[in-house]
Amino acid sequence: MLGAAIIVFRESLEAALLIGIIAAAARSLPGRNRWLAAGVAAGVAGAFVVAAFTSTIGELADGVGQELLTAGILGLAVVMLAWHNIWMSQHARQMITDARSVVQDVADGKRELSAIALVIALAVLREGAETVLFLYGIASQGETTGQVLAGGALGLGAGALVGAALYMGLLRIPVRWFFSVTAVMVLLIAAGMAGQMARFLIQGDIIPAIASPIWDTSRLIPDGSALGTLLHVLAGYDARPSAMQALFYISALAIIVIGMRLARQRPARLGAA
Amino acid sequence: MKHVLALCLALPLAAFAATPEFALEIKDHRFSPEEVHVPAGTKVKLRVHNQDSTPEEFESHQLNREKVIAPGSTASIFIGPLKPGKYTFVGEFHEDTARGVVIAE
Repeated sequence: MLGAAIIVFRESLEAALLIGIIAAAARSLPGRNRWLAAGVAAGVAGAFVVAAFTSTIGELADGVGQELLTAGILGLAVVMLAWHNIWMSQHARQMITDARSVVQDVADGKRELSAIALVIALAVLREGAETVLFLYGIASQGETTGQVLAGGALGLGAGALVGAALYMGLLRIPVRWFFSVTAVMVLLIAAGMAGQMARFLIQGDIIPAIASPIWDTSRLIPDGSALGTLLHVLAGYDARPSAMQALFYISALAIIVIGMRLARQRPARLGAA
Repeated sequence: MKHVLALCLALPLAAFAATPEFALEIKDHRFSPEEVHVPAGTKVKLRVHNQDSTPEEFESHQLNREKVIAPGSTASIFIGPLKPGKYTFVGEFHEDTARGVVIAE
C-alpha cells in the first residue's frame, strides 16, 4: 500500500504543482474553476485511454511510438504555456489595476482559459497514464484492490496537498509582483518541458544528442533526491543533460521571453481602448 | 557553413550505420541479464522484452532514460554514446527486485 502511495505521489506531484501555479496565475479570470476541472477530467480520461493502449502505442513507429507520443504531448504543452505567458504579459497591467476590465473581451478570455485547460489535461494525461499502469500492475499481483486504491488515494491526496500549498503560497504574494512570479515559474516549466521533449526524441533516436552529458551535477544534486525532483518539476532540472536538451531548453526560454517582450510593447486591444 | 553542410550530410549516414543491439528480458520482476556489457563511445540499442503479465518502467537516471514497457511487449531504448563506466537502471514499478547495470567498456 505504501509503495502505491509513494509512486502515485511522485507521479501526481508534477501535475499538482503545475495546476497550483496555473490556477494562481488565472485567478482573476471568470469561470476559471470550471475550465480547470474540465482540464483535469479530460486528462484523467485520456490517461485511461493511453494506459489501455500502451502496448499498441509502444509498437508504433518501430517501437518508439511512446517517445513520439510523449514528445508530442510535451511539445503541445510548451506551446500552450508559451501562449499563456504571452497572453498574461499583454494583460498583466490591466489585471493589477482592474480585474474586471480583462473579462470584457469574453472570446479572448475563453481562448486563454482553453489553453490553460489543455495544458492541465496534458500534464494529467502524461503522469496519469503511468499511474494507471502502475496501479493496475500491483493490483494484478496479490495486493487487494482495496489496498491499492487506498495507497493510490493517499499518494494522490499528498500530491494535491503540495499543489494546494503552492497555490496558497502564491496567492499571498503582493499583486505588484504576483504576475512576474507566476510568469517566471511558467517560463521555467515550459523550458523544462522542452528539454524533456528533446530527451524523449533522443531516446527514440529521432534526433541526435550531439554531446551527452554536457555536464554532470549528479553528485551535487542527484536526480532522485527531494531537491532534484522539485527542481526537475519546477525548472526542468536534469543532472546529466545532453547538449540537445540544453539547446531545446534555451531556445524555448528565449522564444517565450521574446514573445512576452513583444506582447508588452503592443498592449492588448482592450488596454488601448 | 561548409562544416554545417558536411554535418547535415554525415548525420543521416551515421544513422544508417548499424546500431549494436543488446537484448534484455524482464521476468518475475527481474532483469536478465542483470549486467549488460556494451561498447563505449557508440550509440547502442537495448531491446527489453517484458515477459511478465504486468507493465514495467525501465528507468535510469544515469543513462537519462525512462520508458514504460507493456506486458508481453518489447521496447527499444537507444542509449549512449557512453563514456566507459557503470550505469545502473531499475524497473521503477518493482524497484526492490528489478535492478541492473549497463557496463560501457
